[in-house]
Amino acid sequence: MATLAAPGAAAPAAAMPERQPTDWTTPAMQKRIAARYAKERNFRRLGAGALVVAASFLAFLLFTIVRDGWTGFLRTEARIEVQFDATTLGVDPAAAAGPNGQVMLARADWQALLLQAAQQLGPASDQLSDAAWMQLRDAVMADPALLGHKASLWVPVRSSIDLLAKGKFDLSAPADSRGVSDREVADWRWLEGQGRLRTGFNGAFLGNADSTEPELAGIGGAALGSLLTLLVTIAIAFPLGVLSAVWLEEFAPKGRVADIIELSINNLAAVPSIIFGLLGLAFFLNFAGMPRSAPLVGGITLALMIMPVIVIAARVAIKSVPPSIRDAALGIGASPIQVVFHHVLPLALPGIMTGTIIGVARALGETAPLLLIGMRAFVTDVPQGFTAPATVLPMQVFLWSDDVQRGFVEKTSAAIIVLLVVLIAMNSLAIYLRNRFERRW
Amino acid sequence: MSTNPAIGHNEPPPKMTARDVNVFYGQKQAIKGVSIDVSAEHVTAFIGPSGCGKSTFLRCLNRMNDTIDGARVDGQIELDGQDIYASAMDVVQLRARVGMVFQKPNPFPKSIYENVAYGPRLHGLARSKADMDGIVESALRRAGLWDEVKDRLGESGTAMSGGQQQRLCIARAIAVDPEVILMDEPCSALDPIATARIEELIDELRGRYAIVIVTHNMQQAARVSQKTAFFHLGSLVEYDDTSVIFTNPKATRTKDYITGRYG
Repeated sequence: MATLAAPGAAAPAAAMPERQPTDWTTPAMQKRIAARYAKERNFRRLGAGALVVAASFLAFLLFTIVRDGWTGFLRTEARIEVQFDATTLGVDPAAAAGPNGQVMLARADWQALLLQAAQQLGPASDQLSDAAWMQLRDAVMADPALLGHKASLWVPVRSSIDLLAKGKFDLSAPADSRGVSDREVADWRWLEGQGRLRTGFNGAFLGNADSTEPELAGIGGAALGSLLTLLVTIAIAFPLGVLSAVWLEEFAPKGRVADIIELSINNLAAVPSIIFGLLGLAFFLNFAGMPRSAPLVGGITLALMIMPVIVIAARVAIKSVPPSIRDAALGIGASPIQVVFHHVLPLALPGIMTGTIIGVARALGETAPLLLIGMRAFVTDVPQGFTAPATVLPMQVFLWSDDVQRGFVEKTSAAIIVLLVVLIAMNSLAIYLRNRFERRW
Repeated sequence: MSTNPAIGHNEPPPKMTARDVNVFYGQKQAIKGVSIDVSAEHVTAFIGPSGCGKSTFLRCLNRMNDTIDGARVDGQIELDGQDIYASAMDVVQLRARVGMVFQKPNPFPKSIYENVAYGPRLHGLARSKADMDGIVESALRRAGLWDEVKDRLGESGTAMSGGQQQRLCIARAIAVDPEVILMDEPCSALDPIATARIEELIDELRGRYAIVIVTHNMQQAARVSQKTAFFHLGSLVEYDDTSVIFTNPKATRTKDYITGRYG
C-alpha cells in the first residue's frame, strides 16, 4: 500500500511534474509512423484491387459478347443465276408493267422459280434459305423489265452453311459432336470451291422481325417494339412523375401525410419489377381487357415501374433550385404556379431529364414484367401499332438464348450488343445533359 | 405611433400602417403587438439585434410570410387604408405595389433584360416591345445601372458583380412601378464600395418610393434613413426620427443598443 500511495504523495495535484517534450525519434514512435503508412498503402492497394477485379469482370463480359456477337451482323449469301421465266412464274409478262402488275407479281410462283434456279448449285441445291425466293420477288417487283431475262442474284443460305462460312465449327472434331453433318460440310466446300459464297453485312438482321430461321431472324421488330413501348412509358411516366414531384415539393402541406407519401414512393422504387408485371396482367389485361402482347400495355406497366424513379429524381432537382429564386419571383408578384413554370421547372429540367433518361434506360432493359403481359410472344412481323403484338429488345435476347438452333447463339450476342449500344447512348446523353446544363449555385 | 408628437405635425397620411401585429411560427411568437406607420416620403430603417424580428415584420408588409409553413399573422396592416390581409386583397397585386429586395442578390439566371422585363411582363405593363424597352431602360437608369450594362443587356444577370446584381434586383423591383420598396439587409453580402453605391441609390430613390430597409448596421441606418424603428425580442421598442434615435433615445434598451452594450 505504501508503494502505491507513493507517487501521489511525491507529486501532489498542486505541483504536477513538468511535462517532458515529446521525443519523435524513439523506436516506438517510428514504428507507429511506419505502421500508419503501411495501413494507408494497403488500403489503397485494396481499393485498386477491387477496381481491377470489377473492371476485368466487365471486360470479360464485353469480350465474350463481342466475340460471339459480331458475326451476327454478317450473313453468308450464295450467287445464283436466275432465268426469270414468266411461264414458270405463271404470270403474263405484258401485264407486269400494268396497273395490277405488282399484285400479280406478288402472287407469282417464286418458289418454283427458285427451285429451278437452285439446280445449278448441284449437290448443294437445297442449302438455300427457305426465304431466298423473296429476294427473287423483290428484284422483279423493283424492276419488272427483268421478266424474261437472266440475272445474277445473291440469296441467303441456310444457317449451317452460314456458320461454316464464318468458321464457327471445329471441323477436326468427330461428326457426331461438332454440331454439323458431313453432308453440310461437303456442300459448303463445294459452294466455296465454286466461288459462289460471300459473307457481308446483314441488313436483314437490323430490319427484320423474329423468325424460326436464324439467317432470317432480325432485331428490327423488337427494336421498334421497344421504341413504341418506351414512347408510351415516357408519355405517361414523365408528366405524371414531374407533376407529382412539383406538387410534393412546392404545394403539399408538410406533415404526416407528406411523410407517408414520401415513404411509399421510396418503397415503390424498390418493388421487384415482376410485381408490376403481375399488376399489369391482373388489371390491364384481365380487368380492363386491353390487348395482350401490346406495346400499349407494356408501356403503361413500365411507366408504373419507373414513375417513382422519376418522382425521386425530379424532387431532388426541384429541391436544388435555391429558395432565393422563388423569393425573387414571389416578391415581384408571380403566383406560385408562375414561380414553378417560369423558374423552378426550367432550372430543374436538366436534373429531371437525367433522372428520366436513367429511368427509361431501366425500362428499356426490363424483361420480367413484360413476360407476364405476354410480350414474349413469337412475332414475325414488325409491329404495326401500339396495340399490335410486339416484343422488345431484352425479350428478344431472352427468346433467342432459349432457342436450340446453333445459329441463334451469335444472334443472341448480336442482340445484346444492340441493346448495350442503345443503353450506353442513353446514359451518355444523360451525363451530357447533366454536365452541360447543371448549374452550380 | 402617429400620435407621437416628435414625428412631424402636418405630414400626409402614412403609406402603410400596422396595428397590433403578432406573428407566430407554430407555437413561437416572433412579433409581439407591433404598431407602426411608414411614411411615403421617407426612408424608414428597422434596426435591432439578430433575431429581434425586424425581417419577419418586414416580410409581413408584402405577405411574404404566407409562403412559410406554419406562419400566422394577426393584427392589421394597411396599404393606403386598405387591409392587405383582407380576403379581397390580391396578393399578386400587393406584391407588385410593395416590391422587395433581398439580403442576398438573387437575379434570375436569365439575361439582364429579361430580369428587369419579367415583372412588367407578368403584370402586362408593356403594350409593345418598344414599350418594354422603355420600361427596362428607365428601371435600369433609376437603379444607376444603365451606363454599365446598356451594351450587354443580353448577358446573364448572374455573371455580374455582387453589387451590380443587387442593383439589378432593385431595378427589377422598380420595373413594376411599386409604391413601397422593402429592403431586407440589402448590403449584407456586399463589399464597402458596393454598399456605398447602394446607399447612394437609396437616397436617390427616396421620395419617389416609400422605402423600408432592414439593417444590422447602425451607421447605415443613420446614413440612409429619416425614421428609425428599434426592435428587440419581437417588440417595437422605439420609433422616431433617426436623429432622435441616435442622439437622444428615450428607452434605455435603445440607448444600450446604440452605444454597443449588446447586439
